[in-house]
Order: sequence, then C-alpha cells, then structure tokens
Amino acid sequence: MNLFIPNPKEAESIYILREVAAQFERPVLLFSGGKDSITLVRLAQKAFFPAKIPFPLLHVDTGHNFPETIEFRDWLVKELGLELIVRNVQDSIDQGKVREERGRYASRNTLQTTTLLDAIEEFKFDACIGGARRDEEKARAKERVFSVRDDFGQWDEKNQRPELFDMLNGKIHVGQNVRVFPISNWTELDVWEYIRTENIAIPSIYFAHKREVFFRDGLIWTANEHVFREAHEEVVERMVRFRTVGDMTCTAAVLSEATSLDDVVAEIRESTISERGARIDDKRSEAAMETRKKVGYF
Amino acid sequence: MDIQGRKLIKIATAGSVDDGKSTLIGRLLYDTHSLTTDKIEAIERSSKQRGYDYLDFSLATDGLVAEREQGITIDVAHIYFNTDKTNFIVADTPGHVEYTRNMVTGASTSQVAIILIDARKGVIEQTYRHFFISNLLRISHVVVAINKMDLVEYSEDVFLKIKADFDVLVGKSDFTEEQITFIPLSALKGENVTRKSEHMPWYVGNTLLDHLEVLEPEDLQESAAARFPVQLVIRPKTEAYHDFRGFSGKLYGNTLQVGDRVTVLPSGNESTIKSIHFFDQELESAAPGSSIVLTLADEVDCSRGDMIVKSGEAPSSEKSISATICQVNSKALKVGGKYILQHGINRVLAKVDQIEAKIHTDFSGTEEAEQLKLNDIGKVHFRLSKPIHFDSYHQSKSNGAFILIDEGTFDTVSVGFIE
Ligand SMILES: Nc1nc2c(ncn2[C@@H]2O[C@H](COP(=O)(O)OP(=O)(O)O)[C@@H](O)[C@H]2O)c(=O)[nH]1
Ligand SMILES: [Mg+2]
Repeated sequence: MNLFIPNPKEAESIYILREVAAQFERPVLLFSGGKDSITLVRLAQKAFFPAKIPFPLLHVDTGHNFPETIEFRDWLVKELGLELIVRNVQDSIDQGKVREERGRYASRNTLQTTTLLDAIEEFKFDACIGGARRDEEKARAKERVFSVRDDFGQWDEKNQRPELFDMLNGKIHVGQNVRVFPISNWTELDVWEYIRTENIAIPSIYFAHKREVFFRDGLIWTANEHVFREAHEEVVERMVRFRTVGDMTCTAAVLSEATSLDDVVAEIRESTISERGARIDDKRSEAAMETRKKVGYF
Repeated sequence: MDIQGRKLIKIATAGSVDDGKSTLIGRLLYDTHSLTTDKIEAIERSSKQRGYDYLDFSLATDGLVAEREQGITIDVAHIYFNTDKTNFIVADTPGHVEYTRNMVTGASTSQVAIILIDARKGVIEQTYRHFFISNLLRISHVVVAINKMDLVEYSEDVFLKIKADFDVLVGKSDFTEEQITFIPLSALKGENVTRKSEHMPWYVGNTLLDHLEVLEPEDLQESAAARFPVQLVIRPKTEAYHDFRGFSGKLYGNTLQVGDRVTVLPSGNESTIKSIHFFDQELESAAPGSSIVLTLADEVDCSRGDMIVKSGEAPSSEKSISATICQVNSKALKVGGKYILQHGINRVLAKVDQIEAKIHTDFSGTEEAEQLKLNDIGKVHFRLSKPIHFDSYHQSKSNGAFILIDEGTFDTVSVGFIE
C-alpha cells in the first residue's frame, strides 16, 4: 500500500477553506495578484476538486498596480474558469469618499480600505479570505484564523475569540464579517517552496528583470508616472525583482539575478532582510500595521 | 513532513510575567538566524531608546502597541523559526494568573510545552498551574526551563533544588506517560539555549534547541482509531464528474485505505471506501492529518457533520456527557445555561445540567461551585439536543474536545475535554 503522508500546513489550509465554504453564505477570496493570494487559489482548487472553487475573487485595484500583475490576474482567472470581481480605488476617489495623498510618500495603499468595505457591503460578503501570514509582522502574530470584524471592518485585538485545537467558530451577527487567513501558519519561505514544488505560475515581476529605478532611503523604487520623484533623484537601469507585489508606490524592488524559481528560493533562504522590510508603508512607524488593521485594512 | 521536507514541531511556552518567555523566544530566533537584519536593527534601536546596554530580544515578539507600552505580552502570539532539520511554531502565551485561557489556547495546538522558572524564585504557585494545564491537555513532552541562571551564579544546587521541588509536582500528576526534561539556562546570555554553557559544566544534557530538534513528530502524535468528520459533500456536476459524490474532510487518529469497511454516523449505514482523492491524485491510503476526499461504494446518506469511521471501531454516541471545562470568556458558565456545543465541526445544542466541582489548578483538590468564571476549570455535566460521536480526550484529542459558543454573542466561551 502506498501511504499518502500529508504536508501539515497544506492540509490545515485546505481544512480552513472548506470550513469557510461550509460556515458562510457569501465568502470571497481577496486577490491581489501576489504570491500569497496565488497560493490561496491553488489551495482552494485542492480543497474543492473536482468541483470548482465555490466563491469569487475580489481584486481591489488601486490603479497603481504593476501592469504585469493585472495581466497575470486576467490570465489566471481565464485559465481556471474563476469568477473575478474588480473594484477600483479610483472610483472611491471620484465619488469623493477618499482623498488622494500628495507628496514624496503618496500612496493609494491606505485608500484601499474604503473601497474594500464598500465592496463587502455591496455584495454582502460575510467572509473575506486573505493571504496574510503571522510571520509577516509582529501585529499579525496575534491574528486569528477566523478574525471577526464589526460593521466598520475594525479589529479589536483585546476581544478576539480564542481558537482551540482546530475548531473554527464562524458564527456572526448580521453586519459582522470575518477575515479568514488560511495560510496564517506559513512563512515566506514556505510559500516560495510550495510555489516551486507545485510549479505554480506567478507574475513575471517576481523574477529578476531590467527596470528603470531610483534610490531613496536605502530602497529601490520603480521610476514611472505614478511614483513621486524629486528632480535630483536620478533614474538608472538595474536588474531587480520584487518580493511582494503591492502598489507601485509602496513596493520596493531588490537587486537580484534570480530568474528561476530555484534561484528565487535560494535567494529568500539567504536573505537577511524581511519581506516587509521592502514595504515602504510599514516604514512610516513601528506600529503602522496594527493601526491600519484597527481601521479595517486586511 | 513540512513543506520543505522538514519536520514540524509545535511548542507552547508558559511562565509567569518576567520569567523570560519573550526573551527566550527572541534568543532562539536570533541564534537560529531567523531574525532579519531590519528586525535586529529595530531591536537595537528600541533597546537603545530604552537605555538598555544589552539587546532586549523580547522586542522581537511583543507585537501589539499596548504591549510595547506596558512591556508585557497580553495575548497568544505565534512565532516561526526553523533549523535545517526542523520547522518550529511557538505559541508565546502570557503567564499572568488571569490568563489561564491563553495557555490552554496556546497549548491546544502544541505537542511540547516549555515551562519557564526564574532560578531566583524557584517553583511558585504559577508553576503548579502551568504544569496542571499541560497535564490537562495531555502534552506529552514538557521542558522545564530554569532561566536566569546567570543571576544565581550558575549554581548546580539551585538547579537541583528546583528540580526536586518540581518532582514533587510530577508525583501528583495522573498523566504518567509524559516525558519531562530539566534544562538550566540563561535566555538573556544565550547559555544552554542553542550553545552549551561553559558556566555550567555540571549540566551534561542537551541545549534547549538540541533537545527540541531530536523530538520526532511521530512520537508526539497520538495513535487512536481513524475518525473522518465530513466537512462538505463534493458534487461537481460537471460532464467529466457527472456522478461524483465525494466526502471531504480531515482524517484524524489513524490511516484509512481503499477497501476499508466503514460506518457512517449517526445513520449507522455501512459501506466500503471506493476511492480516496487528494486534488487530482487517487490514493491507496492516507495518513492521519490528510485533508482528503472519500467516495463510498454505496449510495449512503452522508452530509456535513456526519462522521465516517471503520466498522467495528465506533466511538461513543451519547446525549449526555461529562467533561472538564476551562472557561475562556468573562461571562460565567452557570447551571441551566444553554450553549451551542461545537465538537470538531459538528454543532449541537447543550444545556448545563450540573457543575460537579471546581478544580484547583494547584493540585490541591476540588470545591463546590455554582458557576465557572473566566480561567476557572471544573467538572461539568451536559445534556445535548442530539447525540455526539466522541472519544474520551485521553483516547483522542481531536475527537474528545469541544468548544461552547454563547447563543447571544456567538463568542467562544469554554473549551471542554470529554471524560
Ligand atoms: N539576567 C537575566 N535576565 C533575563 C533573562 N531572561 C530574561 N531576563 C530579563 O527579564 C525581564 C523579563 O523578560 P521577558 O522576556 O519580557 O519575560 P516574559 O514576561 O516572560 O515574556 C527582561 O528584563 C529580561 O531582560 C536571563 O536569562 N537572565
Ligand atoms: Mg513576554
């Protein structure tokens, strides 16, 4: 007999995704086009195979995404026959709900929250599945797998439901919703190793490529019309890749020669800087993430 | 095996405030090169701001703003690190009296407990409670880490005295299969954490990390009867899978294989496992912990909340149960109280029949009680709206535990361990 030995983290994530489908009426998978949400899509395929993934994907588009990410998103959705909903931060700006930031560190990253909360209300989503991991950031280390949010999307860290064994309590009141983090227990390296083992397709910007960039605060920024740049900040061409694919305005590149998944995994292993070390928005303050989470950022 | 082909070990920490849990975890992260340079720089910066002349590793884990202000850990944090051979997940659980809840929560997903003792203070009442909880949860490996040895001149006498005091506790425990290891260390200085201490030549055992690395997950796993709670029925209704009707779930306790004769509970209908699927693979047999899909040879009634077991290995089915309860919510549990009882993924209604006793967590016995308040542990008798299919917690952790959900707030208010 050939005995199948599970990968415990993968098995746990699949279990969680099935609980979401069973316990909620209108779940949605928050899809950013990044490696974590791509991993979630693969896990969801596995959870429900041979049936289709029983929930849509929602992409909150800042309008400042890398074009490669958007291309990839549309390809993946078509390839797997998924349902995709896109809501735009630009619309929230045009409706006067949020105001565009100005200046050196202007970003649409925090503006996403409003667009997301509006979409949750529009579609009456009761569970939003996200790719956040506890190893990303200290405030995330205390996040639950099922994290209950109030009508305003707020997170109350002192009032979280304890999660015992693998029992998940998704019971909520009307107006509440739950953020679900199926890969809570994965590390960045776990995700990369999984993508390599499973041979999962990812956007090209994760691999080393030539790009016009400029240097500021010890970080490498993409040079284009969406990113504010001072006249003296000189544009140069470098071989770079990205470790996360957020907004162009808040995602820094790293110098890299890694053109294959094997190379990328090797680089991550050797790396001495954390993935969030290249997130410009986290640099604003040490408590940045927790503050954003309290107001509904996922 | 974990994703990178490493074994996965889950650890819970326990100790009183200031015994050095956060420092110890920070030290493990630092010494295993799991802290990236930007994080180390942040620790250096914060340590300097506070005027310390050493690196305060507790800053690596104390995450929430409130904690950083008060300098204490207020909720369970999960921390990840790995060595070449092993992936570790550590639940950092705070040790205040009022936080029994947190240790029970952290320990519920762990195979190993590290109980910290401040060498200057020795075994204190809190130590009793931590050991009591690791017993209650049947954690098979306990490491007693005697910390701050640097403050007692690395004295062997101090170590032996604490060990002797702890052994008295061990004598009171009813869980005799557990393995207990004593390690003298200094989290702050890194002595016997990942590096053998030159100051304690009298200690011949492993460093903490070496000890954790030689543990085998198989030894830590329980071996019990196979239990397969059905999460969802998979019906693709596509052309290729027109008649496919699979039962998805996570397998606990033991393996299942194609051809096994099985019984579906509660109906009691019998059938045979026709196929086992994991994504696009068809398997011959699957080990416990697998998230799989089963199909059965016969058209039997089976839906979410039902349980598939091997015929002849049926668990108990009862409408009234006795359990040890730990109250994890500030709303007290009272006689007559009604709750949603979630056993694994299955939910029934439950009513508190009787609170038999409140159990002292310092091994000093029991007392009568009208109610169980937050952090109380007691013996409780329940009546259920429908039978559940359970094993005792001692036989099967996964099939012997449940949570209670408040009908009004929907909060998780208690965790129960079935007798
Ligand atoms: N001298 C000495 N101090 C320690 C040691 N471990 C921790 N400490 C100190 O004890 C205090 C409390 O440590 P912390 O890790 O925050 O304890 P926690 O409350 O259990 O998380 C801090 O000031 C640490 O620097 C040790 O091994 N030796
Ligand atoms: Mg602490």
